[in-house]
Amino acid sequence: MNDAPSAWRTATIEKIVPQTSRVSSFFLAPEPPFAFRAGQHVDVRLTAADGYQARRSYSIASAPENNRSVELAIEELEEGEVSAFFHEVAAVGDAVEIRGPIGGHFVWSVEDGGPLLLVGAGSGVAPLMAMARHRAARGSRIPTLLLVAARTWDDVLFREELLELEARGDGFAFVVALSRGAASRAGDHGRRVDAAIAADALSRLPASPLRTFVCGSNAFVETASAGLVAGGLAASVIRTERYGG
Amino acid sequence: MITRGFTGRRTPEDVAARVPPGQALTTDFPVLSAGPTPRIKLEDWSFTLKVGPRPVFKWTWEEFNALPQTSYVRDIHCVTTWSKLDTAWEGVTIDDLLKAAGVEAAKPFVLAHGFDGYSTNLPAADLAGDKAMIALKYDGEPLAPDHGGPARLLVPHLYFWKSAKWVSGLQFTDVDTAGFWELRGYHMVGDPWREQRYHDDP
Repeated sequence: MNDAPSAWRTATIEKIVPQTSRVSSFFLAPEPPFAFRAGQHVDVRLTAADGYQARRSYSIASAPENNRSVELAIEELEEGEVSAFFHEVAAVGDAVEIRGPIGGHFVWSVEDGGPLLLVGAGSGVAPLMAMARHRAARGSRIPTLLLVAARTWDDVLFREELLELEARGDGFAFVVALSRGAASRAGDHGRRVDAAIAADALSRLPASPLRTFVCGSNAFVETASAGLVAGGLAASVIRTERYGG
Repeated sequence: MITRGFTGRRTPEDVAARVPPGQALTTDFPVLSAGPTPRIKLEDWSFTLKVGPRPVFKWTWEEFNALPQTSYVRDIHCVTTWSKLDTAWEGVTIDDLLKAAGVEAAKPFVLAHGFDGYSTNLPAADLAGDKAMIALKYDGEPLAPDHGGPARLLVPHLYFWKSAKWVSGLQFTDVDTAGFWELRGYHMVGDPWREQRYHDDP
């Protein structure tokens, strides 16, 4: 068995950084820290005074190179129970319990090679960001394209950091598809991800991707992965993670 | 450890006894799968029963639909912590399947296989005794592709990753052989009432 999840550990909230109008990053310091791979997730457990517990899974957005603190990008959901706690109650210094790392399929390391195609919508960018950050931390030049779907330019999670990663000129680029806003950069798209956008993303890599990771709502993952398959990509290279559960 | 300021949303009392520990109720039907949704044409569909490496029976879609059909209304529980009550399914129970094939579940374990290459392992006892079926319909409609259609395994009393989507066959085995998620850290049995989520859960 690989990727053995371990016992629950206490993790202290070290920092809270608003990312978009709906998503904030919570930096958790687990005690003790644990190693993980880019793309893996943790379970978070909250306990009420009467013993009632709620748990949810969140992808790790930070790179494995720094495991002292684990970054979770948590979207405030309308009917959220755990996300409401993080957005309305949690403060720096609070402790929650986490367990992990979990997941041995939606993972990538520079040793796995490329080209690499990452496709994410909303907070589904989080595990892909871990991969992009891992790649940068390792000084990799593996050709990598990240296709981000968002409502507007301001909803693009980690936008400023993505611009910086692209400016390094080391083979990383990102393209944005906005469902409710006009494209502001040349090459970005002012519509929802469709088969043509998926095919366009494939054409921006120097060769067909060795690995493709698609993360977002089920509807998004269905559209994007079907578009990639229609664009000639083998289904066997596409790994998906679907939110909403 | 009590989380400061967390009160949580309790499961309504009338159904609380039906929700396993660590689960929260949902009314929609989330989809989780490891890859793109395969589109399987009914004329290409088949279902194979194997004992060890040996295929012992194979059905076409038409033949499979001619088997006795049973309705289940069951609560289902996903390891990602959602539970959904009173889901309505129709299909062929594993008991009826074995009877039709004239096979006894003589081996202690089962590997369920999917058209997408997915697999998951279960104790054979969890499929017998009117506890599991190959489901062809959900809520009175043909099972949608993203929920595993044309047919999925339904083992409602175990975490739902055991209910393999796009199921292509069952293989009875002597040895408990880890399937797709079980190789990747998930539990060999997956009983939600015992919170058997990951392999080191008791």
